[in-house]
Parts: sequence; C-alpha cells; structure tokens
Amino acid sequence: MSGIALPAIASPRRRWARRYGLAAFGAAVIATWLVLAVFAPWIAPYDPSTVDVAARLQPPSASHWLGTDALGRDVATRVIFGARISLLVGFTVVLIGGAFGTLLGALAGYVRGWAEEALMRLTDLVFCFPPIILAMAIAAALGIGTVNTCIAMLVVWWPKFARLARSLILTQRSLEYVEAAQSIGFGPAHILLRQIIPNAVGPLIVLLTLDLGNAILVFAGLSFLGLGVVPPTAEWGAMVAEGRELVQQWWVATFPGIAILSVVMGFNFVGDGLRDWLDPHARTR
Amino acid sequence: MPEPDDLILQVRDLRTWFLTDAGPVRAVDGVSFFLRRGETLGIVGESGSGKSVCAKSIMRLLDEPARIVGGSIVFRGRDLASLDENAMRDVRGREIAMVFQDPMTSLNPVLRIAKQLVEAMTAHGRFRRAAALARAITLLRRMGVPGAERAVMSWPHQFSGGMRQRVMLAMGFSNEPALLIADEPTTALDVTIQSQILDLLRELNADFHTAVILISHDLGVIANVCSRILVMYAGEVVEEGPPEELLSDPRHPYTWALLHAAPRLDAEAHDRRLVTIEGQPPDPRAWPEGCRFRARCPFAIEVCAEHPALLPIGEDRATRCWVTQAGGTLHTPERIAASPAPLAASAPAPLLVVKGLKKHFLLAKDSLFAAPRVLRAVDGVDLEVARGETLGVVGESGCGKSTLARLITRLHEPTSGSIVFDGTDITHATPAQIRPLRRRMQMIFQDPYASLNPRMSVGEILTGPLKLHGIAADEAAARRRVLELLSLVGLPARAAQRFPHEFSGGQRQRISIARALSVGPDLVVADEPISALDVNIQAQIINLMVDLQERLGLTYLFIAHDLAVIRHVCDRIVVLYLGRVMEMAPAATLFARPLHPYTQSLIAAAPVPDARIERTRRRVQLRGEPASPIAPPSGCPFRTRCPIAQPRCAAEVPPILDAGAGQFVACHFPGAQA
Repeated sequence: MSGIALPAIASPRRRWARRYGLAAFGAAVIATWLVLAVFAPWIAPYDPSTVDVAARLQPPSASHWLGTDALGRDVATRVIFGARISLLVGFTVVLIGGAFGTLLGALAGYVRGWAEEALMRLTDLVFCFPPIILAMAIAAALGIGTVNTCIAMLVVWWPKFARLARSLILTQRSLEYVEAAQSIGFGPAHILLRQIIPNAVGPLIVLLTLDLGNAILVFAGLSFLGLGVVPPTAEWGAMVAEGRELVQQWWVATFPGIAILSVVMGFNFVGDGLRDWLDPHARTR
Repeated sequence: MPEPDDLILQVRDLRTWFLTDAGPVRAVDGVSFFLRRGETLGIVGESGSGKSVCAKSIMRLLDEPARIVGGSIVFRGRDLASLDENAMRDVRGREIAMVFQDPMTSLNPVLRIAKQLVEAMTAHGRFRRAAALARAITLLRRMGVPGAERAVMSWPHQFSGGMRQRVMLAMGFSNEPALLIADEPTTALDVTIQSQILDLLRELNADFHTAVILISHDLGVIANVCSRILVMYAGEVVEEGPPEELLSDPRHPYTWALLHAAPRLDAEAHDRRLVTIEGQPPDPRAWPEGCRFRARCPFAIEVCAEHPALLPIGEDRATRCWVTQAGGTLHTPERIAASPAPLAASAPAPLLVVKGLKKHFLLAKDSLFAAPRVLRAVDGVDLEVARGETLGVVGESGCGKSTLARLITRLHEPTSGSIVFDGTDITHATPAQIRPLRRRMQMIFQDPYASLNPRMSVGEILTGPLKLHGIAADEAAARRRVLELLSLVGLPARAAQRFPHEFSGGQRQRISIARALSVGPDLVVADEPISALDVNIQAQIINLMVDLQERLGLTYLFIAHDLAVIRHVCDRIVVLYLGRVMEMAPAATLFARPLHPYTQSLIAAAPVPDARIERTRRRVQLRGEPASPIAPPSGCPFRTRCPIAQPRCAAEVPPILDAGAGQFVACHFPGAQA
C-alpha cells in the first residue's frame, strides 16, 4: 500500500482499558468505600466515640494506623465510620432530589404552558443564590442536625435536575416517534412515561453519578462549618474542621480530607465513563 | 487522456480510509480521475459511496480517523496528498474553493456577511480591506443577492437557505479559484431555488473559467450542469462518460439501476412499480472479492468473481464491468404493461372531505405591547380524497403540506374549517372521541431515524398499537400479527427482537409502514415518506406502498416535494403554495396541461436525468423566493413571484375555477404564457 504504514489496530482489551480504565478504577474506589461503610463496626479497629485522653494526638503507628485526634479517638476508625454518613447523605440527597426534580421538569417540558413557566421561574429563584450559602442559611434556620441538613440540601438540589429533565424532554418531544405514538392514539401519560422518559434517562444518570460526589462534598463543607452533624458523630467534614488548627498533627485533618477526595474523584470517573458509554457518537469511534 | 498542460487536477489511485479502532473503513478505495481546465465534472453515487470523502480528500479537510493512505492528487503540479499543512492552507480558498450541502451551518452565525467575505479575501493577502469590501458587494450582486450594499451588512440568520448558498458561492469565487468543489450544494433547497442556483453555477463556470466538481445523488442535477460524469459505488469509480451518452446508454449495471429506479418527470408511468436492485451496498470494512456490485447485479456472470478494472470503452467513456467491456449490452427492463390502474369508480361518498381548512399559529410577541403575529401555515384548503385513490400534495418547504397532514390526522387542532372523515366530523373532536378513529387513519413519517422509538424493539413498536386498540386477543395473537406485519412489509421474522438502530433507513421506513398498518387503517397519510432515502431504496419503498395499496385497498394522502415521485404514484395532485391550493388535477392532466403559473414553473424547475432535454428545455425561471407565511401578499399569494402577474392579482384573491376534466385552478389568468 504505497509504503504508508497503517497504525496497528488496538486489541479490544486495550481499547476497553483506554476508554473505561479510569471509570473502572473509580468504581473500585467507590466499591471499597461502600464495603467499609456497610461493615464499619466489624472492620474498624476501635469504637469511633471512645475518648482516650491518654492517647491523644498520637502520630500514625502500628496500634493507630492513622493516628489519634485531640480526644484520643482513632482517626482510622472515625474515617471508616465517616464513610457511612457521607455516602448515606450523598445518595439520599441525589436520589430524592434527582427523582423529584426530574419528575417536575419532565411534566413541565411535556405539558408546557403556565406550569412550565412557573416552575422554570422557581428554579431561577434557587439558582440566584450560591448553592452552599443558600443551604447554609436554610440549615441554620432549621437547626443543626443531619436530617435538617439533608432537607436544606434537597431544596437547593432539585432545580438542576428539573432543568436538565425539561430540556431533554423538549428535545425528545420534537422527534417524530412522539407524533407517531399520538397518531396511534396513545395518551399523554403513556407517551411521557413509557416512550419519552426512557430515552431521556441516559444524561440524567450521568448527572446523578457526577452529582453524588458533589453532594458528598457540599455535605462535608456544611459539616466543616458546623452545620452538618451533631458531635461526636464521626463525619469527614467535621473531622477536617477539628484538625484545622493542628498544624503539627497533620494526620488529624489530612486523612478525612483524602477520604473526601477519593470518593468525589471516584464518582467523577464513573460518571465520565457512563457518559462515554451512553453517547452513541463516542461509541462508534 | 488530454494534453498534460490542459489538465488541472489528476487524481491517481486515491485511497482514503477511516482508521477506526475496529479496523480500516475503506471509504475511498482506488479512485482515479482527471479534470481539465474549466471543465464541469459531476460525481454521482448513493450515500456511503465515497463521493464526499473524495472531495474532502482533495481539500485535505479530513478529520481523524480519516487519512489518505495511498495515491496522489496532483493539482497544478503539486501533490496535495503529501503537501504540508501550511502550503495546503494557501491552496484552500485561494486555488480550490468548496461549497457545502448545508447552507444553514456553513456560515458563521456570529459574524456579519461582510466580515466573512472580507476575511476570505484578505486571508490570502490578495486584497486590502477596503478593496475586499467593494469586491464583496460586487460579488453578491453577481450572485443575484438583491440589495447587495445592504445585504453585505446582514447577519447569516437574516438570509434564507438559497441566499446563504449564494453567499457561499460569492465566498468561493472571491479569490477566483481554479477549481470549485460543490458538495450537494442544492440538496437542502427547494426545487425552484435549486434551479436558480444551478443556473448560476453554470454561468459562473462560463464567466470565470473555473473548473467545477459537482457532487450529487441526483442524476438530474448532474445532467443539468456537468459535461462529464463519474459514477461512484463502494469507494471506486464504476463508470465515466459525458452525460448525453452515459444517461441514455449506461454501461455499468449500477448506473443502469440508478437511472431506472428514479421515477421520471417527463414520462408517463405505465406501472407504478419501479425497477429496483436487491440488497444493500456492501460493508466498507470488508469490500467483497471480485466486482463490488456483483451481489446486487442482475447481469452478473462467472467472471465477475474477479475484480474488474476501469477500462475505456470508446472515446471519453470508461466502465468497470466485465459484461459491457466484452461488448455486452444492458437491456431496457421489461415493464409489465398493466392497464392503467382502475380508478375506484368515483365512489359516491369520498373517504375524506376537507373544507376551508385553516391553521394559524400564534407566534411569540416581539414586545409586550406589539400585536401578536400569526403564521398562516394552512390558509383555507379544500380537498376530497376518494376511497382507494392516491392524492398527492406537492409544494415547496413552508407551503403548509406537513401541517396539512397533521391537521387531517388531528395531531394539530384546526383554527377553522372542517374535516369530515367517512361521514364523521373530526374537526374539533377530543382525543377520546378521536381514538377509535385512529384505527382507520394512520400516518407515515419522513425521518426514519426519528420516527421509531430507539428504546423499543420492533416487536414492542408493533404490539403497542395492537394492545391499545384491543386488536390482538392475547400475547400469542399479537405475536402472530407482528410476524404477519413484518412479512407484509418484506422484513424477516427475526426483526421483531431487534432495535431500530440495527436497521438501515429503508428498513426503518418499512417498520414505520408496518406500524401504520398494524391497526388496519383505511387512510394512510404519508408525509414525505421517501425523501430521506437513496434513489434505489426510494424505489423499493414506492413499490411496497403500491403493492400494499392493491392488496389492502388503502387510500393514500401522499405528501412530497419531488414532482417526479408525485407524478409517478398519485392519481390526483394538489399543488400548495403558502397554505393555499393553487391547482388540483388528475396527475396526467396536471403535467400535460398545467394551468397555474406556479405549477408550470415547478415542472420547469425540476431537473431531468437526460442531458439533451436539460439543455434544450424552456425554463420559466421563478423570481425571488416565497413570501413569508407571517405576512402573505394581498390577493393571490403567488403574485410576488408570478411571471404573468397583473394589478388585479394584488387586489382580488383568485377563486378556484373548474377547468373541466377534474382540473381546478386558482388563477385569474389560467393557462396564460409568460
């Protein structure tokens, strides 16, 4: 072939690794955290709340792998128990907020008219404020506590799903298969739930996944500011807050920080992988 | 082969492959041709034949993973295949210009026309800014853009598709290139605008002596402009020759099939079935051994298992076919000389009666206090459809034909007028009232890629309507019915488990037809059912629809913009313009004796795949572009473009006159010549 070398064709395994390698790594990280969270009482070496003033602020050692904090509690234990509440809040906020927002947005996009207009202005209202500030204000008004913080986060969380769902429904609505279903005689409920929404879930699932990391980060932020959990519950954001003055005892703040980082990155990698997998254009390449 | 100094472009054994992870896609696989100075060369072929990739290879506008893996493109002494990117940039736009298919996306929407034209000229350092601006205005005027001084300061969105294509041509010619490549330049345009652009292209070729490569799937367009034709199939050239000979005496079975698959505007149809070739084009990842057309070729012989070369046969002609190279001929296909389709002996009660139908869409106001604007999509249409007949509705984009289809099937609610379907008035029927009637009235859509739900298997798509209308008693009955429907439209039974994306465009359209037929309708409204398909697939779908009509006694309302197709399949034809009926007549009468000037110019504008006819035809060139349905002209809506308009046309709306023999025309001066 006229001396022009063709590049070698990558083996299917290498192609898969190139496209989904990071996603697989992210999934592994998240799976690890899930296992740690579910089996925390059996895995963690100590009790998360037992105070041992004699052993306070000890550096990482064989008996305390990640050291101890200002009250002598084992950092490794508290990081493992912290995964429970972080993941729980993350999933709760994203799933409830996502479902609520999607449903409202889908209805708005399908019904149109004044209902759509009202809903979209409501989302505008929420978008006017920086999400973490708004959540702080609501959480502060409701009082400190995990449930109240979740409620505050839900209030700022649903609008972006409503927005995305509405735009996805609008795109799908204009396609001829919707008219075909109408001309066959299907009713609006069937068309929306059985025909349109299944075609719109792909991007929603991607946003959901990417958002899990985001929700965990915001919750940690609120806890860091003292709005999330009630002490002495082990929570990553609160742990970082406890360690922020302790410059010499770096391990107190560093390890919960690494935990937050790994979970957020894990969800981002999985979300990116899902996006590639769901995108037919990227797939054919 | 012509003298070397007369040659401007010499492509030898060009191979452009898409180097995908899954192996090379050999889109262009051994293409050789030459181009003389000032010549017009047409490249024709169906989608996937490699014609566009070939053009992009010459411009070196290939995106990863496409790469020129072999061959040479010698343009004025340089090999473009191996020229470095900087030198190539000097060639592009200055020596070779390109015009693309989609005029809506090929101009930058955030820059004024002037800026884009001036940049095209100053980029190569040939013009200073002021000179370039003056030249831009001259060029726009030359391209037939009205009010060029004002137009040059406009934004692209203020221009229609036809005007944008003129701007693209102005940009293309701004540096007086030696070669212009036009890739389907008129495919997105209406037939009257297409005719204007093709005329312009011919004139420019004559005035500037710029060589033109015109790429099209439409043999008529090619015959109109080009002095030599290349036919491409499966990544290679299969036939070459001047249009006069190639189109009247094709020497490759693929060209032969293309010619016979397209309905002719200038010929009476004796049988509505068209000649089609079986199957699909081969997979470009693994071209078949031997002749690439062999599997679909009705003339194939043993030697075709070997790959034929493109060899000359006579002066200026070449073919890649063993049969014709050995002197064999391709016979004219036998057509069954069927007696003219017996018109459903004028049934007493028509199936569908539409009277004074209007649909006005309210548009968003410009400001809070502005009067609301109204788009008159359908503005008073009367028509009747008899049982068992095919009524064609033809018109350019924006004439309201798709809205009409959606009013009749009651996807939209009419603003006024009445629709009576088999004695039942459905004009303002509620969804619940209309549901039982949906069984009897179905629709086929234009876009085979959007009209099937991608998340549902074909089986689910077809059982849904059966369950909804309680047609199938149980699961087993539904499954049996699905298999019946699939075999009715010529798809294998295993198609039921597959999803739409596993099918080609033509197969998807078959699924769409099966879905419409699943409920056993009497009336099928087909909205441009074949306009998104390749010629041969179009013919297959037309044949299927004709068969189904005969077997099931269907009545069709067939909407299309292609006159040849409409003439071929319809008993009676309605010509729409700006939401109103201009003329209505039996198909043969309409083409033999068009009375409305709009009908006359539509027929004159449609290209015919016969160079001799194209060169000698008298053209009634329509002025300008259709008026806006937001502010339609007073009186006759067509008067702004009409060659015979009189003051009276602006004052009075012409009534619909009965011209006898079932012909009706809405014109003050029916049959008058321009």
